[in-house]
Amino acid sequence: MNWKLSFRIALTHLVTKKKQSIIAMMGVTFGISMFIIMISFMTGVNQFLEDITMDNTPHVRIYKPIEIEDRKIISEAKAEGADDWHIVQHQKPKNDMPRIKNGLQLMGKVENMPEVLGVAPQVATQVFYNNGPVQIPGTINGIDIRKQVALFALDKKMDMGSLDDLLKGGDLIVMGRGLAEKMGVTTGDRVSVTTPEGNNLTLKVAGIFSYGVAAMDESRSYATLATVQKILQKDPSYITDLNVKLKDVNGAKAFKAKLENQIEDVYIEDWETANASIRAGDSIRSVLTLVVCLTLLTVAGFGIYNIMNMNIINKMKDIAILKATGFQGGDITAIFLIQSLMIGVLGGALGLIIGFFFSYLLSKAPFPAAAFFRIETFPVNFKLIHYMIGLLFGFCTTLIAGYFPSKRASKIDPVQIIRG
Amino acid sequence: MATILKADNIVKYFLEPEKFRVLKGVSFDVQQGEFLSIVGKSGCGKSTLLYILSTMDTDYEGQMEINGEVLTGKTQNELARFRNEHLGFVFQFHYLLPEFTALMNVMLPALRLGKYSKEEVEERAIQKLKLVEMDEYALKHASKLSGGQQQRVAIARALINDPAIIMGDEPTGNLDKTNSNKVFDIFKELAQENKQTIITVTHDMDFANGSDRIIEMQDGQVLDIRTPQ
Repeated sequence: MNWKLSFRIALTHLVTKKKQSIIAMMGVTFGISMFIIMISFMTGVNQFLEDITMDNTPHVRIYKPIEIEDRKIISEAKAEGADDWHIVQHQKPKNDMPRIKNGLQLMGKVENMPEVLGVAPQVATQVFYNNGPVQIPGTINGIDIRKQVALFALDKKMDMGSLDDLLKGGDLIVMGRGLAEKMGVTTGDRVSVTTPEGNNLTLKVAGIFSYGVAAMDESRSYATLATVQKILQKDPSYITDLNVKLKDVNGAKAFKAKLENQIEDVYIEDWETANASIRAGDSIRSVLTLVVCLTLLTVAGFGIYNIMNMNIINKMKDIAILKATGFQGGDITAIFLIQSLMIGVLGGALGLIIGFFFSYLLSKAPFPAAAFFRIETFPVNFKLIHYMIGLLFGFCTTLIAGYFPSKRASKIDPVQIIRG
Repeated sequence: MATILKADNIVKYFLEPEKFRVLKGVSFDVQQGEFLSIVGKSGCGKSTLLYILSTMDTDYEGQMEINGEVLTGKTQNELARFRNEHLGFVFQFHYLLPEFTALMNVMLPALRLGKYSKEEVEERAIQKLKLVEMDEYALKHASKLSGGQQQRVAIARALINDPAIIMGDEPTGNLDKTNSNKVFDIFKELAQENKQTIITVTHDMDFANGSDRIIEMQDGQVLDIRTPQ
């Protein structure tokens, strides 16, 4: 086979039928550019949603749930025989505390594991925020500020004040924006809170944060570990949660299984289980994107198939002549396949450029979001791999769409054509 | 002189619309450098015979050899290579590739053969075009040439690989007297000076009478082989 010659003939065919070639190319261009725009935007949305969730979601959370004990005291006092039944109705939990036993030591142990990026300790408690006679339920989370900033970028969520201000004294909190609005307070104001044990305290607002997630912004405050331990009247080793960030987000499930083998008496939750609905949304959007893109490319493929078929019918005489003068079946296949591939590669490349252009425009377009949503333009992802997949798809579609007509062309019997 | 083509008891059936014996055992030899005409009424099977001799039609019985090589039973690709190197064709309808220049049309079979470099092929093509007095139109697109001009370019194309045999299916069938005479003169010259063999199917009795030998066919059989007066 003489590829160079086949290429030359194919190129001449394409150039002399400019209009037809351009129309065939436009099908591919349209398919690929839509693919790029859709996939860039869809993955951008996924990324954005994942970011706002993952920013403040630990990959693995370790905590101690309060559970009703299965073991019954009465059965310890009196051995249970085959005929004896002890029935305890309306059993209540013990006055147990949601503390992790030896929390700080456990933290050190987990921090040294190779998969772990860092561990942030937390003391969480429910409180009532007293707004005059009205009580607003919420939480105060005691945090290690430096670790919280390093792992969860809390400093990026501050609207007013600064996290460092929390270190300047006791009884300081930063409050969620929604909560602060409900309370009618701002930086420097004091709020009164009531702990579950019934203690009343006055705390000073050192800053306002917002995540853009109403559930958090309307109920949560942050303070230092020491402040919350003081509110709860607990010792400095009292830790209720360990929030773990991993080096690999997707390793959470495996890491959870590993931890469960090594430590006891705590509950471990990975983020995928905790955010199952977000994961489901992600995969549904991905499937949707894929289906739309495949449809577009299939339509483009059929367009090429039709045009190549027509092209071959128009070129019957030429094919007969080429065969009569010594061109083999393979040469003919090559000539038409090359035409099809040139349409695919050129159309695909043009599609990538157009797709990039419109994705770029989209990424600069202002996003009409509520004020507290931390986003200004449409979320768009630019990833090389998407462009490579697009080009590969375009190439494969045209290869398949061009192959069958080309094969047909190679089987044309020159005698039939020449004799008329 | 050496025998260049040998047809031995060629039988051919048409299956459509019903089975019909077109050629009923045709045998003859052709010598190198001979200018041979095949004549006969429409439907006598002369064109069918020519396409079998040209190796394009492989669905026949009997045996055919060119240059001592038996071609019956070879694969399509082998035959294509053989045609490329040893056979040249001129058809009634000129069948140039309309997208290409006259020069490129002539060059294509030689580029396919790949025996010479591109520069050499181009030089040879211009030489062949000169032979048919078409060199001044070399860079014109084939679709812009007149019928007679196209036919002469087609002859140049048939000659590009210096084939042993040049076959023509009514090469003058679509041409006026002047152009017919030009084509005839070219064929005559090729046979006499280059010792290339010419086999043409024709209706044109003037053309046939100018050739070295005439095979007259009737109802799928050779009726008469004669040397014209």
